[in-house]
This record gives sequence, C-alpha cells and structure tokens, in this order.
Amino acid sequence: MAQTVSKERKIIVTVIAWSIGIALFFPIFWTILTSFKTEAEAIASPPSLFFFDWTTENYAEVQSRSNYFGHFMNSVVISLGSTLLGLLIAIPAAWAMAFSPTPRTKDVLMWMLSTKMLPPVGVLVPMYLIFRSVGLLDTRIGLVLVLTLINLPIIVWMLYTYFKEIPGEILEASRMDGASLMKEIIYVLTPMAVPGIASTLLLNIILAWNEAFWTLNLTASKAAPLTAFIASYSSPEGLFYAKLSAASTMAIAPILILGWFSQKQLVRGLTFGAVK
Amino acid sequence: MGSITLQNVAKHFGEHVVIPSLDLVINDGEFVVFVGPSGCGKSTLLRLIAGLEDVSGGQIIINGRDATDLPPAKRGLSMVFQSYALYPHMSVRSNIGFPLKMAGEDKAVIDKKVTDAASVLNLTDYLDRKPRQLSGGQRQRVAIGRAIVRQPDAFLFDEPLSNLDAALRVNMRLEISELHQKLKTTMVYVTHDQVEAMTMADKIVVLNKGRVEQVGSPLELYHHPDNMFVAGFIGSPRMNFATGDKAAAYNARTIGVRPEHLTLSTTDGAWRGTVGVAEHLGSDTFLHITVDGVGLVTARAGGDVPLRHGDTVFLTPEEGRVHRFNETGASIR
Repeated sequence: MAQTVSKERKIIVTVIAWSIGIALFFPIFWTILTSFKTEAEAIASPPSLFFFDWTTENYAEVQSRSNYFGHFMNSVVISLGSTLLGLLIAIPAAWAMAFSPTPRTKDVLMWMLSTKMLPPVGVLVPMYLIFRSVGLLDTRIGLVLVLTLINLPIIVWMLYTYFKEIPGEILEASRMDGASLMKEIIYVLTPMAVPGIASTLLLNIILAWNEAFWTLNLTASKAAPLTAFIASYSSPEGLFYAKLSAASTMAIAPILILGWFSQKQLVRGLTFGAVK
Repeated sequence: MGSITLQNVAKHFGEHVVIPSLDLVINDGEFVVFVGPSGCGKSTLLRLIAGLEDVSGGQIIINGRDATDLPPAKRGLSMVFQSYALYPHMSVRSNIGFPLKMAGEDKAVIDKKVTDAASVLNLTDYLDRKPRQLSGGQRQRVAIGRAIVRQPDAFLFDEPLSNLDAALRVNMRLEISELHQKLKTTMVYVTHDQVEAMTMADKIVVLNKGRVEQVGSPLELYHHPDNMFVAGFIGSPRMNFATGDKAAAYNARTIGVRPEHLTLSTTDGAWRGTVGVAEHLGSDTFLHITVDGVGLVTARAGGDVPLRHGDTVFLTPEEGRVHRFNETGASIR
C-alpha cells in the first residue's frame, strides 16, 4: 500500500540518515585528511580542518621506508585466494543444501554460523603451534587457508540464501526440456546465480582484505599484508599520526575503490532476501 | 501417439501415503483432467507421470514402453508449470527454443520452429523480450510455446491458470482447448477448479486422498456420479444433500439434488423453507434456503425471481433428478 510521507517526516529522516552516514565516514575522512598534514599539525589542538599546509611527504616517507607494493600483493593474493577457494568449497555445499535439503540442513547451517561466535583468540595458540609445526607461519598459503576457514560460514550462508531464491520449478522445467545435469548447471543455474556469486565474492574480498587478527598474528614479514603494513606504523612509531594515516589511506584505498564501483552489487547482496 | 497407462502406481513420502495404489488409462489424443480438492494427490500424480518424482511402486507405461525409470526428458512429455517456470535470463525466443537446443537441433530448424510456435500463440512481437517484460497471460503462452515446440507425445499442465485473473483465465481456457483441437495431442491437465475440468475435459479423473473416485466424461460425472464425493465435487453450486425422513421417502440413506433441479413455488411443494440470502446474478438467482429437517439448501431460480430474505418458499425435487446414496456414500442406481 502506498504511504504518504509528510514533509516534516521526510526532512527528519533525511537529516538522521545523513548524520549517520557522515558519522560513519568521518574516521576515514579524517584519516585521509591527516595523511596530508605534517606531524606537528596532525597532533595540533584544536585541529585544523582544511587550512593547513598540504603535503605529500608522508606518502613519500612511507614509500621509502617500507615495501608497500609487497604488502599490497600479499593482500591481493590472500583475499582473492581465500575468497576463490571458499567459493569453490561453498558453491557445491550451498547448492546441495538449497536444492536437496535434509531435515538436518538447518542444523548444519546453524553449526557453521556458530563457529563465527567463537572468539578467535581462543584458538590462537593451537593454531599458531600447528602453523609452526607444519611450516605455514608467515606464508601466503597459510593465510589463504586460515581466511578461507574464517569466512567460509559467511560464504555458504550468502550463497545458500541466493540459491534458495531460485525456484525449484525452473530447474524441473529444464529437466523436462531435456537438459542434463551439466547443461542445467551451465545454461540455467549459473546464469541465474551469477549476481549472487558476484556479490558474495566482493563482500568476501573486502572481509578478507580487512581481516587483521590472523594476518597480524600469523605473519612476520614475507606474507604480511597491508594490515601488517599499517600496524608497523602504529606500534614502533608511537605518535607519528600523519605517517600512520598515510599508511592507512594507502591500505584502504584499493578496497574503497573496489567497494565504490561495486556498491550496487554489495547492497543487493547484503539485503538479499530481506527486501524483495 | 500419446497413450499413458498407470498400473498400481503408488507414492509414499516416508510414512505419509499420498497415493495408495492407482490404475488409470489415458488414451492417445485425449484431454484428461485430474480434479480434486487440494492435497488429493493430483499434482503428485502428474509429477509421477512427468518423472519429476519417483514412484514408490507400480509401473508407468507411455506409448507401450515402460517409462517408470526413465528420466523426465526421455519420456517424450512436455510440462507447463503453475508458476510458468520460464528462464528469467533468456529472451522469449531462447525460452521457447530451449528444449530444441537441448535436443541438439540445428540452429535454422530451431529458428523456424520457434517462429511457428510464436505465430500460433501470438507471441511474434515479443520474441526478443525477457519474461519479466511480459504480462501473466503472455508468460503463460511462452510456457505453452516451450511445451509445444518439440512436439511431445503428451502435454502435462499443472494448474496452469491459477495465477491468472478471472477474465484471462476464461480466455486461456479457450486457447488451450483450441490448441488441443488443433494439435490433437494427448493433454493431461491438473486443476482444483471443477469448472475448468467440466469445460475442457474429454475425460475427468476425480481424485480424493490419492484414490480415483470416478473416471468419466464431464456429463457422465454430472448426471451419474458414483458416490457422494463426486456428486458434491462436480457441479456449481454444490449439490444439496438430505438425510433422515426426506431421504427415507426415496428409499435411501442420503439423497442429493442439484440446485438447478429444484422447482420453486410460493404456495405448495415437498419441502418448506425460508429464504436466507438471495444472490442475484442477473441471469440466475441463487437462493440459500433453510429447509425444515434438511438445513441449508441452495436453489437456482430465474434472474427475475422476486423472492427476498425471510420469504417462505416451497421446493420440489424434479422427478428423476434425485440422486440416491447408501450408507457408504455410494450411489444406488
């Protein structure tokens, strides 16, 4: 039913929405701003908003001091690798649960989700020891594995929700029309599932990119991604906010750009099933 | 050729028995309608014939060949689903051509057949649209097009009109009947709507709780129902039933009289009653009358009957139109 929204209501809702949006964006905005200040201006009180000497020396400094590109490549490999590996495992799993569910399917899904409720620090020591003894510490493959496991429940859940939305009758129709299982997957299922798989892929790249607990604890230098790159500016450098901000900006820029271009897919992915 | 024979076909879902055991013969070229209340197993039966469900027992023979264990595509049948089940990412052209593509037909042959089917179904102007750009009736026609294009031995329809509005339903009903006249292919049609069954079928199969209650032509079922279930299910409005003295007068446990077989009088008659609701349709009037010793009785009268709420009327069942049933509900003939 169409609802008439009064003008006052519209204004109030708009103001609230913008306030929340600005509040959420502010830390990122401030980080970017600070990265262009000198160290002295970065800690100045009161802080200046736009009227300071804009400088890019922090970026130059960060570039010269650490290997940004190495960390960046590690991030790319780890987030892409773990997402693709996760999809490879999750697609058949979600497929099976969506199209031939058993009475236990819901329980399995809940169990998978429950692993996300465990505080990661609780398994840090055993994981660390296992990784050390099998030689996976500070390797890309080790991080790919661990991030795959961390994000697998979310990937399975998202895909399951998508596949659930594909009406069973369409698959039956394709079977009546003479499609073999292989052709059914190629011509009917996959084209219908592509938007779902795409937004799952995007969201998980972002999640993996931002993951900081395992990437910090299981790497030292060789496989350290951008999270470790930022962290290296926070601890030993203490109060060097400007450089830390420059490092952070460089670390989040790629994912911010990816998120910007794929926001339509992402919003659809996150609200799928909730709003029709 | 499109004959389908079911022998002792049974279907259980775990402990739940949907179809205990059922025999049925569908002859080549017939328009057979499965009708029954929801949950009577009619859709399950169609899906068993289609091969979308496995039988728990018995045999399905299509064209003299045992098809019980054949996959759906190998049975030579086409199906039109309730939800149309069109492929949303394909154009109308690709949707209709899909079965041919799966059969590995030549592209030129596919084009020709799709064009032909589209012209039969008035879809020529819509061939390059996606299903979401079509109305309900057009989608339904695409689903039918997809079914006819590969010239199956028989068509299966699973409540194909229930998603359409009333006016469109009447149109599509006619179109499907015309299509049957034109193609002369066996059609098996599932519906819960007895009007659809009566208007379209050569042969109606009335199902109840997975059992066949009666098989016959629409008028056979209307005039000579085997039992109270069929008598009550076929015909609109429903047949009136009476027990006790009124039935004993006809030497039966229960008697049934259709609303159109009751003669109305304001002065005298067999049953006396009071008009409750009078539904004026213009062409007819349906009177809901409370009759002493029977209960609520529906009677059909002419469009201009001046009766109103609270009026006293007398009803007389027409001679030879009273259906008699014994204690098990079976007809006494």
